[in-house]
Amino acid sequence: MSMEALVVEMQDPKGGVKGSEQKLNVTSIPYVITGKDVLTWITNKMKTFSLCAEAQVMATMLVAYGYIYPIQNHKKLVMCNDGTLYRFQTPYFWPTEKWVAEDTDYAIYLTKRNIRKKGMLEAYEQAHYNHLNKWLNHKWDFIVMQATEQYKATKERKKADRVVLDCQERAYWVVNRPPRRTHSALDDGPERLIDPCADQVCCSLSRLVKYVTTYKNHDAFLAPCLPSNPWLTNNDNYWTLNTRRVETPTKMRVERWSFSLFELLTDLRGRDDFKIFLKKEFSGENLAFWEAAEELKWGTASSMSSKAETIFKTFLAPGAPRWINIDGRTMGMTVKGLEHPHRYVLEAAQTHVFMLMKKDTFFRYLKSPTYKDIQKKALSPEAQNFSPAQIEQNAQSCSPGIHPIILWQQEMEENAKAAAASAPVDVKAMMSKMDRKNKHILEFMHTRF
Amino acid sequence: MVVCCCLGRTATWVSYQLKIHAQKYMRSPLIPEMATQEVQLNETLAHLKSESESLKSKLEEERAKLHDVELHQVAEKVEGLGQFVMKTRRTLKGHGNKVLCMDWCKDKRRIVSSSQDGKVIVWDAFTTNKEHAVTMPCTWVMACAYAPSGCAVACGGLDNKCSVYPLSLDKNENLAAKKKSVAMHTNYLSACSFTNSDMQILTSSGDGTCALWDVESGQLLQSFHGHAADVLCLDLAPSETGNTFVSGGCDKKANVWDMRSGQCIQSFETHESDINSVRYYPSGDAFASGSDDATCRLYDLRADREVAIYSKESIIFGVSSVDFSLSGRLLFGGYNDYTINVWDVLKGTRVSILFGHENRVSTLRVSPDGTAFSTGSWDHTLRIWA
Repeated sequence: MSMEALVVEMQDPKGGVKGSEQKLNVTSIPYVITGKDVLTWITNKMKTFSLCAEAQVMATMLVAYGYIYPIQNHKKLVMCNDGTLYRFQTPYFWPTEKWVAEDTDYAIYLTKRNIRKKGMLEAYEQAHYNHLNKWLNHKWDFIVMQATEQYKATKERKKADRVVLDCQERAYWVVNRPPRRTHSALDDGPERLIDPCADQVCCSLSRLVKYVTTYKNHDAFLAPCLPSNPWLTNNDNYWTLNTRRVETPTKMRVERWSFSLFELLTDLRGRDDFKIFLKKEFSGENLAFWEAAEELKWGTASSMSSKAETIFKTFLAPGAPRWINIDGRTMGMTVKGLEHPHRYVLEAAQTHVFMLMKKDTFFRYLKSPTYKDIQKKALSPEAQNFSPAQIEQNAQSCSPGIHPIILWQQEMEENAKAAAASAPVDVKAMMSKMDRKNKHILEFMHTRF
Repeated sequence: MVVCCCLGRTATWVSYQLKIHAQKYMRSPLIPEMATQEVQLNETLAHLKSESESLKSKLEEERAKLHDVELHQVAEKVEGLGQFVMKTRRTLKGHGNKVLCMDWCKDKRRIVSSSQDGKVIVWDAFTTNKEHAVTMPCTWVMACAYAPSGCAVACGGLDNKCSVYPLSLDKNENLAAKKKSVAMHTNYLSACSFTNSDMQILTSSGDGTCALWDVESGQLLQSFHGHAADVLCLDLAPSETGNTFVSGGCDKKANVWDMRSGQCIQSFETHESDINSVRYYPSGDAFASGSDDATCRLYDLRADREVAIYSKESIIFGVSSVDFSLSGRLLFGGYNDYTINVWDVLKGTRVSILFGHENRVSTLRVSPDGTAFSTGSWDHTLRIWA
């Protein structure tokens, strides 16, 4: 017998649990039931239950899953065999696989309560709110808008209705976003990587379709390449407009950076722009660490120990000049691993840092003046329409461009310059340099006069 | 799903046992005392074989029960594709024999190609100029790759090795002088690829293994065992973690490997013949394969199964090489009947067939910015299509 069928039967006006009107503070709440009544009903109904305890368990499950909620001690999700008051939850808020309680909805709910009365949120709710404000910041305008609309709508209801609705919604969220250190019946255990559920297959196939949709305008076989596809017109403007260090990138290129953090970092021109943003935020150490970890992973076997040591001194040691803020457990694990460094020793820390950038910094970058600026400045080249004769001519004047070896040397030089510029100043070395200079001047003056 | 994993592992263990028993049978001398042992071995062999077959079909049954959604169903609402006008835009002539392999440089216009006569040539495909040429000490150079920096190329074949040649701006320099021998296999080198830097190379070989090497020292960093026959192809995952790769072999299997541990994390066996080519979908969530059974197939990694087959009754020759267009919408396949078929990945239909080569198409790669794709053929030429 399913829980839903049971709860429906319990609410049957003829044979179900008897409810009554109860006063909660100043308001009258209709159809309130007591725990004792519920348990009596269940015991009578389920004659297969040999022990009263089984009925107790069943009833507690109904509360834990949110089909019935307590109206006074709203965080205590158990069925008490006494006069404790409960109500049946509206079917809209019943747990169902089809509508998962999303973070966005929770954010709207908390914001709504904040609008109603500041300081109304409990400590754990405030913590959730702050967390969501950070992760969902890119959607926050939408969230505030929704919360305001919902708040306005409830204000127009009668007080009794409002109280009931509040109780219902609050009960729903206690079940779906339980306070810390309480157990949730909805906890499903660790996420299985390969879920045989058919929905999962639909999800992964939809992901493939979504990717195509996102990138279709960037696929030269599906959409025109602007100003023109070099292979078709023998004109290489497309490549010169998209070089590694071009000052002003094209609109298409800048758009692609917004598709994912992976795209932004893979295009070195995009990574440069991201670094400008990070510098303004004084939070460049995460990306610097990620880059150093990449260099370790893909570097030569012989360079492993020296790289590991530099990384430890720069990013992980207590008081390090570019100390990265990762959780204690990952830090402990990483530092221990560095005692015997291998190319994957920074994997956990690197993933943590990447996820941090992916879920927070990346979205802030997309909303930042830095990105909006480059979007505005970005070029939209006009389509070049060459006649067949011109295409022939173009073929005659095809240039070999800059050889990749030269481009690579230039890249190495730029990297060295950047590293020198951003390296923490070695005060001692600078001082000794100054001393030597002063010594020369003193000696010179001594000989002269 | 634990059931499926167990079945999968048991099937692998069973076929491993099968191989061991087969080897034992081959080695034991036919002495009368051994006769009874021989009979016992035969029985065990037959028993194990039937057990393996029944496990395999159980696995397929379980997989089929759980997933019966096809890609083209999910993609029903996606717009259809229009007509395509794809032509040869460049023909690169210079090899004296069958072209076996090619790879693009990250600059989107340079190419390295290798052929049966031992020659490895670096071209600027845009101007069609030959920029560098190396003669390998062996014939059948089946694998070549361009380094991410653009400063070196790797190649190998019947010499069982993979060597790295640093390129030079000096046209007169003898590149063979600076050659570095990196990988060493016990059979021919079928494919090679640099990882995210010039410092590591991933190889696959006719000896049934794949291996990861440190270029500077030639040290073996990790080896990958699991294929029951020659490994013919490999491709690195384009993901942000970049720790996995897929390989295909003569055992009809496509295996996904974890580069760190050397473990095979997923295995797919639905092709009916050798898998000549594997290529990741641009998002890294799926990969395509091309086989001698004349089909291309798409495997989704999260769903852990084949989700599309690209085939036609009129196509009966094997696929040598596959690659995706930038968005993943198109799959290009080079075939042994001298043609190139272009498939709509989402709808499963063929959108175009291209003619031009005068012999088998042996290799096919889309350029790094997706503006063109290149093919190499047994007709000694390479063509750039757009």
